[in-house]
Amino acid sequence: MTSRPFHGAVGQTLSAEVDLAAPLTATGNLRRRLIVSRIAVGAATAAALAAVAVLGIVVSSVIHRGASQLSIGFLTKNPPQFPGPGGGIAPAIVGTAVIVGLATAIAMPIGVLIALYMTEFARGSRTARLMRTVLDLMNGLPSIVIAVFVFGLLVVGRGQSGFAAAVALAIIELPLIARSSQEVLLLVPGHLREAADSLGVRRWRTVLGVILPSAMGGIVTGTLLAVARAAGETAPIIILCSLIRPGVHVSPFSFGTGLDTITGLIFVASQQADPYNEARAWGAAFVLLAFILFTSLGARALLNRNRRRLSG
Amino acid sequence: MSVAVRTTRAAHPRERLSDRAGDWLIRGLCAAACLIALAAMVAIAYKLITGAHLAFSKFGLHFLTTSTWKPNFLQFGALPFIYGTAMTSGVALVLALPIGVAIGLYLSLLAPQRLRGVIGPLVEMLAAIPSVILGLWGILVLAPFIRDREPAVHGALGFVPLFGRPQTVGASVFTAALILTIMIIPIIASISRDLFLTVPDELQDGAVALGATKWEVVRGVILPTTASGVVSAALLGLGRALGEAIAVAQVIGGGNLAHTSLFETGDTMASRIALQFPGALNSLHFASLYYLAVILLVIGLVFNLLAQLISRRFSVERTLTR
Repeated sequence: MTSRPFHGAVGQTLSAEVDLAAPLTATGNLRRRLIVSRIAVGAATAAALAAVAVLGIVVSSVIHRGASQLSIGFLTKNPPQFPGPGGGIAPAIVGTAVIVGLATAIAMPIGVLIALYMTEFARGSRTARLMRTVLDLMNGLPSIVIAVFVFGLLVVGRGQSGFAAAVALAIIELPLIARSSQEVLLLVPGHLREAADSLGVRRWRTVLGVILPSAMGGIVTGTLLAVARAAGETAPIIILCSLIRPGVHVSPFSFGTGLDTITGLIFVASQQADPYNEARAWGAAFVLLAFILFTSLGARALLNRNRRRLSG
Repeated sequence: MSVAVRTTRAAHPRERLSDRAGDWLIRGLCAAACLIALAAMVAIAYKLITGAHLAFSKFGLHFLTTSTWKPNFLQFGALPFIYGTAMTSGVALVLALPIGVAIGLYLSLLAPQRLRGVIGPLVEMLAAIPSVILGLWGILVLAPFIRDREPAVHGALGFVPLFGRPQTVGASVFTAALILTIMIIPIIASISRDLFLTVPDELQDGAVALGATKWEVVRGVILPTTASGVVSAALLGLGRALGEAIAVAQVIGGGNLAHTSLFETGDTMASRIALQFPGALNSLHFASLYYLAVILLVIGLVFNLLAQLISRRFSVERTLTR
């Protein structure tokens, strides 16, 4: 049995029958293979550039139409009483901040505790695997499904409230915070735990005094990413917190009225044909997008720094 | 002198009560947090099913095959929305899968190292744009753009039923599918990039040593070893597209009928819930919208579990040792 040359007559005759099983079989035409390869690489490059171009187009049209709206008054004034130009989106900014803040206050402790359970008390166990699956499923739930669930839980019989929206956003944030905290906790070096153990330190003191402090940076950045995600959620807002009684509302616990929110404002404006509302929606979109992009970029930079510090 | 300090409880005769309480407390709190998450998942399924009870008992499975949706006449059927969901997510997946995988390949193997650090975060930023802003852009910028070009497409490819007579507004199934494509490309791209990075260098070096071109390495080594992972990335992207309510509600036009043409209005299950839930007319209307949510929940759970199962069962290591 002689070895088959990589390309040439023999390879060509064999290729027909071998092709299906081994795509690496030489086809014999070097130039054609190179051209095919170049085309493939070019197509992949084009795909990446297309994605970047779409990002550029969306962001630039938000900037183009939204930045001109921006002024101190836009951020601090109420919207006008009657349809017309001018006014600001202050209540929407406050409402979004209140709801997202409350949601994070609910989700962060629970998420961190779940991550602690998975890494410190049940690492590698069946329970930890189950929790991982549950968190992944929760992360995959459409936000509209979560919104409808919370509607049945908190809105039926009580009326809409900022609290209901906060609970829905907390369910959206929970898996994000838990999984990112778990990732960081897994990076905490084992010798820190062993050192604490060898000094006879009880587990709870190790967790509170050693493990959590060294993972805190990562947990905070993971939470920031979840905040950025929650601030842009709209489905729960539409279902749970969109019917607003006249007057000024800031408390999420006043059942019976929703709160103004940035995403709610944008959604409503996109359903109407009111040019002034549209202009305010672009301004609100600009504010929201700026917040989200800065938060997630900053969080990512922090996360990378923390990861390097913990693992290096 | 004892070295093994923590071997047994009995080694600590004078253990402080607060220490034991502290251990119990933190363990208990952590376990309670896990129980809360588990309970939330169970409660979600339970609440949705009880909410849909009225529609379950009235329509049963006929709900899935009926195509009238008339809240005033207490007639509800999900067929147009199931069709609309399948249509929008199907088109989105067909467009996004090759593009997403190509971006994954580019970012993991083909791009110069320096460009990876720039383009990678930019693609992730695309995923960070909230759906409501994509929808606003979709209806005010993209839809007019598409509306102006649809007649030409209809003129050239009108014999294919998919490219029917264009609507006047630009809000259409096609616009929704494009927005969904934009939303799931970064998801598929980042999952497949991480996937391709797990393929051992030895395999690629081996192929290169045999004289394989870049494309042949991709075709012969990378894709076969990661095929199952690509499938699960596609499933996750599809799951995201199926459940997206807001951006679709903004651009699809909220039609009640199922059309063959992509240029007609339509509606998806998720978007119908978002559009009609706040103003639902009667308890049967509510129950029918809950029914739609149950369908979404079941589809979402199945797709997610399937994706997890596939990516675990057929991970790269297993493929290689087989």
